[in-house]
Amino acid sequence: MAKITFILHNGTEQTITGIAGMSVMEAAIKNMVPGIDADCGGACACATCHVYVEPEWKDRAGKRAPMEEDMLDFAFDVQDTSRLSCQIKISDALDGLRVRVPEKQF
Amino acid sequence: MSDVITTDAVIIGAGPCGLFAIFELGLLDIKCHVVDILDRPGGQCAELYPEKPIYDIPALPIVTGAELTHRLMEQAKPFHPQYHFNQMVTELIKHGPTDFELRTDGGITFRSKIVVIAAGGGSFQPKKPPIPGIDAYEGTSVFYSVKKMEAFRDKDILIVGGGDSALDWVNNLQPLARSMTLLHRRDEFRAAPDSVNKMRELVAAGKMQMKLGQVTGLTGAGGVLSSVQVKGNDGAAFDIQANTLLPFFGLTMKLGPVANWGLNLEQNLIPVDTEKFETSEPGIVAIGDINHYPGKLKLILSGFHEAALLAQQAFRYINPGERLLFQYTTSSSNLQKKLGVA
Repeated sequence: MAKITFILHNGTEQTITGIAGMSVMEAAIKNMVPGIDADCGGACACATCHVYVEPEWKDRAGKRAPMEEDMLDFAFDVQDTSRLSCQIKISDALDGLRVRVPEKQF
Repeated sequence: MSDVITTDAVIIGAGPCGLFAIFELGLLDIKCHVVDILDRPGGQCAELYPEKPIYDIPALPIVTGAELTHRLMEQAKPFHPQYHFNQMVTELIKHGPTDFELRTDGGITFRSKIVVIAAGGGSFQPKKPPIPGIDAYEGTSVFYSVKKMEAFRDKDILIVGGGDSALDWVNNLQPLARSMTLLHRRDEFRAAPDSVNKMRELVAAGKMQMKLGQVTGLTGAGGVLSSVQVKGNDGAAFDIQANTLLPFFGLTMKLGPVANWGLNLEQNLIPVDTEKFETSEPGIVAIGDINHYPGKLKLILSGFHEAALLAQQAFRYINPGERLLFQYTTSSSNLQKKLGVA
């Protein structure tokens, strides 16, 4: 179990509980976090679950895989901290994780 | 005036459910034309996950989207379906029971007895990057696809993206353009290595420019673009002079014209009953991800089941009063003849 906080574009925060082994995207969808579209359902094929991992969590959230890096070409305003939330696997080590949701998945 | 294609059924969408519907309808002698907006069959299986394994197709413990598509095409072959790719059905008009007219954006007109909507998540359309003010330039300076190359002659073109579409159009339009710039967020490209090499040769020969960064804004007047603002990968902002912008950020699914056909919709899905899979309009049925009913699961296998039931109902709709004999492919010589195995 890990608490994950989504900082929405309007500044409000939503904290949810994710189960280890799930992806951050799945936890977001399950809890209806606005701004995570996940059109492809987690196949790393659409870039509509784009989030910015808060800098202090960047290393712990892991590195982008090559496939994820390719897919981020389809996202808008990609930054150093950009990740596709379907590719971040929840573990106890990520308890407290904070990610920002972009203004728009497109 | 184009010729009108007369057929028993038009299937909108060549994804797995649409392809299997050809087979099920074919067993009942219902001939199909299939229309898809993509340039190839498979729908989401082709566009989103051709190389990714699917694990929940009965009797296929593991199969890729591409392989599943290929197998469904093979299975449908005995029924000689006709495919129309790169076409979006834009209009659907009911003239009477078993008489539907469908028109595509490519100028094809069908007259069909039934219409099967197997359009999945909707039609794949180019993604429009949320650059502030981009709407004002669409169709005049900003284009998401290239219909006629000649329209781009002597333009100062900026192409954004790193996939095959971006690189292909860089290489194809560069000889026509007054200037050509490619902008991508990193110095790595998903496009075919051949196209990337060709682009790099053009850069080396001074015939075009390649820049690394992301678009942040547009400047122009009256729908005519004059420059594009970019944040470089080093964080520094710069401008690219261009009067034409072609962003290639992949495809997204939009419900599209289905919304305009007078069918009842609920949250962008088409409610159907689970006996006939009929929409609010008799003779128009919907299967696969695009429909909704109590207990609906968006699974390919559910779409297959829906296709089988829909075919029975389509037969009854097209041939009212005629007796439909339920038969198995294992034992019916009639069905085996249709399949070309008896």
